[in-house]
This record gives sequence, structure tokens and C-alpha cells, in this order.
Amino acid sequence: MAIFNLTINGKKHQVDVAPETPMLWVLRDHANLVGTKYGCGIGQCGACTIHLDGVATRSCSMPISGAADKKITTIEGLSEKGDHPLQEAWIEHDVPQCGYCQAGQIMNAASLLKTNPNPSDQDIDAAMNGNICRCGTYVRIKAAIKTAADKMG
Amino acid sequence: MTLIKTTYNRRSFLKASSAAGGGMVLGFSWLASCTPTEAEIKSMPEAWFDINAFLKIGDNGMVTIMSPNPEIGQNVKTSMPMIIAEELDVNWDDVVVEQAPLDTQKYQRQLAGGSQSIRQGWQSLRMAGATARRMLLEAAAKEWEVNVDELTTSAGVITHAASGKSMGYGEIASAAAGLEVPEEVPLKDAKDFKIIGTSRKNVDGPQIVTGQPLFGLDVQREGMLIAMIEHAPAFGMKIKSLDDTAAKGMSGIKDVIRINTKAEESQWSDVNAFNELVAVVGNSTWEVLQAKKALKIEWEMDTALESTAGHEKELDNLLSKAPKETARKDGDPDAAFRNAAKVIEKTYTAPFLAHNTMEPMNFFADVQADKAELLGPIQTPEFLSKTVSSILGMPEEKIAIGMTRMGGGFGRRLYGHFGVEAAVISQKVQAPIKLVYTREDDMTQGTYRPDYKVLYRAALDADNNLIGFHIRGAGTNGSPIFANRYPAGAVENYLVENHNKASNISTGAWRAPRSNFIAYAEQSFLDEVAEAAGKDPIEFRLELFDKAEKNPIGEKNDYDAARYAGVLKLVKEKSNWDKETPGVYRGVSAYFCHNSYVAQVVDVVMKDNQPKVQKVWCAVDCGIVVNPGAALNQIEGGIVDGIGHAMYSALSFKDGQPEQNNFHTYRLIRHAEAPAAIETHFVDNGIDPTGLGEPSLPPIAAALANAIAKATGERLYQQPFTGNKEILG
Repeated sequence: MAIFNLTINGKKHQVDVAPETPMLWVLRDHANLVGTKYGCGIGQCGACTIHLDGVATRSCSMPISGAADKKITTIEGLSEKGDHPLQEAWIEHDVPQCGYCQAGQIMNAASLLKTNPNPSDQDIDAAMNGNICRCGTYVRIKAAIKTAADKMG
Repeated sequence: MTLIKTTYNRRSFLKASSAAGGGMVLGFSWLASCTPTEAEIKSMPEAWFDINAFLKIGDNGMVTIMSPNPEIGQNVKTSMPMIIAEELDVNWDDVVVEQAPLDTQKYQRQLAGGSQSIRQGWQSLRMAGATARRMLLEAAAKEWEVNVDELTTSAGVITHAASGKSMGYGEIASAAAGLEVPEEVPLKDAKDFKIIGTSRKNVDGPQIVTGQPLFGLDVQREGMLIAMIEHAPAFGMKIKSLDDTAAKGMSGIKDVIRINTKAEESQWSDVNAFNELVAVVGNSTWEVLQAKKALKIEWEMDTALESTAGHEKELDNLLSKAPKETARKDGDPDAAFRNAAKVIEKTYTAPFLAHNTMEPMNFFADVQADKAELLGPIQTPEFLSKTVSSILGMPEEKIAIGMTRMGGGFGRRLYGHFGVEAAVISQKVQAPIKLVYTREDDMTQGTYRPDYKVLYRAALDADNNLIGFHIRGAGTNGSPIFANRYPAGAVENYLVENHNKASNISTGAWRAPRSNFIAYAEQSFLDEVAEAAGKDPIEFRLELFDKAEKNPIGEKNDYDAARYAGVLKLVKEKSNWDKETPGVYRGVSAYFCHNSYVAQVVDVVMKDNQPKVQKVWCAVDCGIVVNPGAALNQIEGGIVDGIGHAMYSALSFKDGQPEQNNFHTYRLIRHAEAPAAIETHFVDNGIDPTGLGEPSLPPIAAALANAIAKATGERLYQQPFTGNKEILG
């Protein structure tokens, strides 16, 4: 166990956990931020996606020791009022079914649009392929990403 | 205008006492962690008045509607309240939806399964809204001293045309709450619907996209501990010994216990291969997970250790002989096949599948000496209540069960063993606990979609008429065949035979049980028969529907031939079926299950010898569509789900152990593999609504297989399709 000082969504958090504790569980069990989800624990499903210094990262496979000094952004901090263009596009297209994977989808898409503001269909496929949606909302996710890209464009 | 008697579960309409005081009355306080926004606080009324179990009206006209059924992503949390709001006659914008807890006094069938929520709730939800509206009108009539028939409502406002007086529901709600429930109330005509039939957004949408706590896994309570279980690594094993010294000594661990979850009185929902468990309880998920890994458990064989090779052998063995009894026999099938000009015979097979809801199994339980509170993702809370009552030795009235939003169901959460486990653990350690399954725990736990193998035979006469049809099926815990489904009723000589394969691997309902496999086999086979008969696949099917409608064989034919033909005709038209495009290969399929009819055309292109679905056309007859946008989401989801599992997914076993336990070895369909486009059309017939959670899944695998057959010249007789390396290498 060790003390870590984190900056998550612009706020300071202090936690006392083992250094190998994945950021996913630091967020969910110690920082009261449950928007980031557990789906597989092995980086295969994308439900745990957060941003470290703005880059999409699978928090289930990122120990706190590797993340503590970075700027951490979770779905709760993607925007102040839930008004990131992706969040708005997700509502516009009524994307979610069960909703469990969607925070990870949005965080991953946000990272994509940062580096590639005008992605092609193939770009979207390649970037989003690590995010599983068991309910099959892939067609709407793609449409929402394109809507957000247009708005941000 | 129809009148409906309010005799259906009148207890739902017994008024509770008026709930005064500002703010929402939530059944469970776990949402207290959400701070309301300024906009939310402003619109909260000073006082709420319970009109009936389904709704309460605030003094400012805001309406809270309780959504009775569990929400698994099928969006009943939006569509069921929509139905109530319609008959209540309020603006959807003035409605706030809350998830109802389990309450068998107030609500019927609080269950998510079988695509039945809307179909079975249709009348009672309309009645709930209509009754409340009637009571508001009667209260207003009393207040104004006029005849109630002189009053009208619109969007939450009551008007007396003759005098020009009007008032909002909020002003009269208090008086309405004090009235007798009327015996009979009028329902709206469909042509007057303002909410039903319009697309309304998912009521939880804003919370989902901002990561608010919604799911069972998100539950947090003061003093709550985390629990995880360890079950046998293989089906058919039991514990020999447990050494928990290392685990117990690890950071944050409170206890390691052994539990048995077999209740004295069990329900159909208690399917469970692993009643004997070791549970680790501690402060945080990661710590408990580490301690779980440090458990030293010796397991030994209890019953048998099965392998896929053995399963396949047994399926073949079963199919090689006729069972003692037939499930259906029309005419003289033996003669028909003996006299046939052409006999087509094919076998189809598919493996076990795991459900793999995105949110793994979990449940919260706080069991105290004289009461228990359970909260989590469960499709069958009513049955969980019974089993928990039995195993805890506590009366059901003392057990409160709340339903969280579920990160997927697909049938997995019908079987509430995880709720029972949480209750038992909480009782033993005397603390509130949240039980969490890892993906590995979940994928290896069972209640799988069974493996199946089915033999289809068709006899054609010299004029290419279908004169004989024979289906013999086998599967774990039952054959997949529905004896009275199409094409039964359309063929004079018809034979159905079922074999059951016993296994100690547990199976359960998986989205569109049995249909999810048999539709693939049936609709792929009919395609081949059509080809052998020299007929277009749609025309061939339509001819049979025509026969079934005009001159049905036998009495029990579980489909409406006209409606079934209707969706095929619609999809033929919309997809421009006869149009041939170079490089685009088309397949068609149609299926009727869970009361709804679906026909699909799939367009496939080949890229590097791999099929890519370019477009899916879908025609659906589900009667009235309550929430079109959400209906499309369900249909598209079922299509993607069906394609994904048919193409990629398989669970295999070696010595009782599942060989896949996470997504690196068990493949699920991903973003790049989804259809590029899906276009859906609904039949507009005004029939009472039927479900959509399952119906779009069964037909898609055959539509895809039939398209791939056109593309490659090869038929696909086994799932997953990508396992056919020679064809899709």
C-alpha cells in the first residue's frame, strides 16, 4: 500500500492503495467515480477507457503507479454539463441500449476525434474496434461519431 | 373509443396516502450520491399525490411514472411509461420516470424475458393511465359542479368548454387522490395517440453518457464490503479441500467462507451448476481479487467431465436413430420420401454459447436479523425473492428487492443465483456486501445456450412440389425444434422428432431460445430446397404460405400465414430483391417468434475472401410500434447480435472445463464487422403491440448464410461460420 496524489477531472484525490492496483479500481472503489466500467479486466473490451493526458487508455490494465503523475480524465469529467459534442450526438442518435459500454465508447471516440477530427468510416472502424458493444449499437455509434465530428469540424 | 373494466389487479389502484413534502420519493437511497441539477430542483413540486401504483402527480403538474419491469437495454423503462403517459394525457416533457422496486401487490409480471413486457403490459398500462385521467376529471367535475362528460383533457390540462374554465392536473391531483377508483374507463383511439407511435429518447440517456451510477456494479453503500466467489473450474466437480490461510492474511481481507446456495424451495430460475462455493470478502475489489487468486482449493470429480468431442459424438449418435415418440406427424412421411423424385438432406449444428452481458454478474445484499435488502441486476425479481426467503429462512415481506439498470440481460439474468449468493454471504458475514463476478467467473459459470444438431429432409415430386418434410433434432436439455411452426401446415406429409441430450453443463434461455438456432437451420435449408426446386427463395416460401393459408394441414399451426407472408413481401419490395448488382450477393430469411414476424434480406460483398455485410433490409410486423426509434435500436441490435454469434462465437469444453473464459479467446462481433447499414420497415396494421427484444435475431444467420452461399457457392452447415476454414479461410 502507498499514498498516491492524483488529479482526476481537475480535482485532487488522495488514495492509499497497492501500486499495482489498476486505475479502473482506484476510480471505482477509492475515488467514487463509477462511470468507468469493468467488462473484462484484460484490455479486450474497452469499457474501462479513460484519458491519460488526453489519450485513450484501458484503465483495467494501467496500474496507478503508471498513471499517478498524469492528467486523468474520466467520463464524468469529459465535459462540465454533459455537453461534449459526442455526448450530445449520443443523445441525438439515441445510441445506448443497456448503456454499460457507452462511457468507454465515448471516451475512446473523444480520443480519436482529438487526433483525427475528420475520420473516414475505416478510421472509425479501426479506432473503435477495441470497444465491444454487446447490444450491437455499432451502426448508431458510427453515426454519432460522424455527427460530433461535423459539429467539431 | 373502447371502455375497459378496471378489474385487472385492482390492488394496483388502491390509493396510497398522499405523499407530501418536496422532492422525489425514491424507493432506494443509492441514488443519493447524484446531486440534482439546478433545472431538476426548480421543476420539483412542493407536494406529490399518489394516484395509483404507477403514477403520482405533483402540485405543479409534474408526473412521476413508475416503470414496473426490469430494464436490460430493451428500453421498457421508456416505452412502458410512454403508454401510461398517453392514456393519462400529459406532455411527455412533464414526465419523470423511476424504476419501481419488486412489489407483487402493486405490479404484475415484473419480469424481463420472452419479449413480453409491452405485449402483456399493454392493457394494464393503458388502464393505469386512463384510470388516473378519469379520477382527475371526476375531481374537476366535482370542484366545478359540472357533469364530468362536459370535460376534456389535453396535455395535462382539463377544460370545461362551456364555461371556458381550465386547470392543470397539478391543481386537482390532491382531490383526485381521494376519490374511488372507477369501475370502467375509456381508452383512447389509436388515431388520437400523441406519444405512442412517436420516437422518444431513452429516459436514462443523459445519465448514461455522463457516467452516473446506474448499474448493479455501481451500487455503493456505507460500510459495504466486496465479495467474490470461486466455483469449480469444471462442470461435474466438487471441493475436496480448501486452504485459505494465504488468502485470509492478505491486505484488506475480512473473511473467507464456504457457502452452499441450494435452497429447500427452489424455482425454475434457480438453474445453477455450482451451488458449492468459496467466497472471499474484503474492503475493495482489487484486494479481494488478489486474495481470490491466492486460494488453494483442491477440486475432485463429482459426476462426469464432458468434452466437446464427446458432445459432438453424442449428437451424431442421437440423430442416427428415431426417438420412441414423434412430436408431430401429418400424412405419411415415409411414403412421401419413398416416392419422391428428389430428396434433399442436410444437417446443421451450432456450439454452446455464453451470454456475456457486458456487465458481469453482481448483486448487493444487506441481510440483517429480521430483514434483508437486495439490489441489483435481475430479470426475475419475483422468483429471486422466493428463493432468498427460503434460503435465509425469512418471510418475503421482510425482503426488499430493488432493480438496478442492467448492463445486458439476454436471458442470463433470469437465473438469479448471484442474488442468492449475495444474500447468503451477507447473512454469513453479517455485513452489507456487493458480490462481483469477474468475466472469467461469469463466462465459466454456465446457463449457456445449448449445443444443437438437426437433420432436415425434404421430398420433392416430379413437378418440384414439396410433398414431404422431416426434421429430427437433438440438443443439450432439449431439441431446438418447434413442431408446429412453419413449414408445418404447408406440407402434407410432415414429421418432427426430438432427442434430448443429457449433460451436467447447465443451460438456459439465451436471446430467442431455440429459435436462435433453428431459424438458421430451417431458413438455410428452405433456401437449398428452393434451389433444388428451381424456384426463387422468396417465391418458394410464399407458395407455402399460400398453401398454409388456403388449405392448412393439421390444426395446430403456430403462425398467421398471411402476416408471415406479409413481411416477406414487404422486404422483397423494399430491398428491390430482383435487382442484381455485380459483386453483391443476396440472401433472404424470415421467422416468426415471440409473437412478431420478421423477414430480412442481407447483401454481402466479399473482401479478401471474407464476407462483409453491406446492408440488411428488415421487415417487421409487431403490430403497433410504441417507440419507433427505440424499436429500431432493438431490431438493429438483434441483427448485429445474430450475425456476430453466427460468424464468430463458440464455447468448447475439455474435461468439463470451458476452453474460453474471456474475450481474447471467445470472440464477439466488433465495430468493423457490423453491417454498414440497416434499413427497417414496419407493417402498419394497428394490431396490439408484440415484442421486439428477440424477433430480429433468429432469421439473420440464415439470411447471411444464404448470401454467403451465393457469394462462394458453398453452404454453411455449422456455426460459427468462421470455423468453416475451407469456405471462409
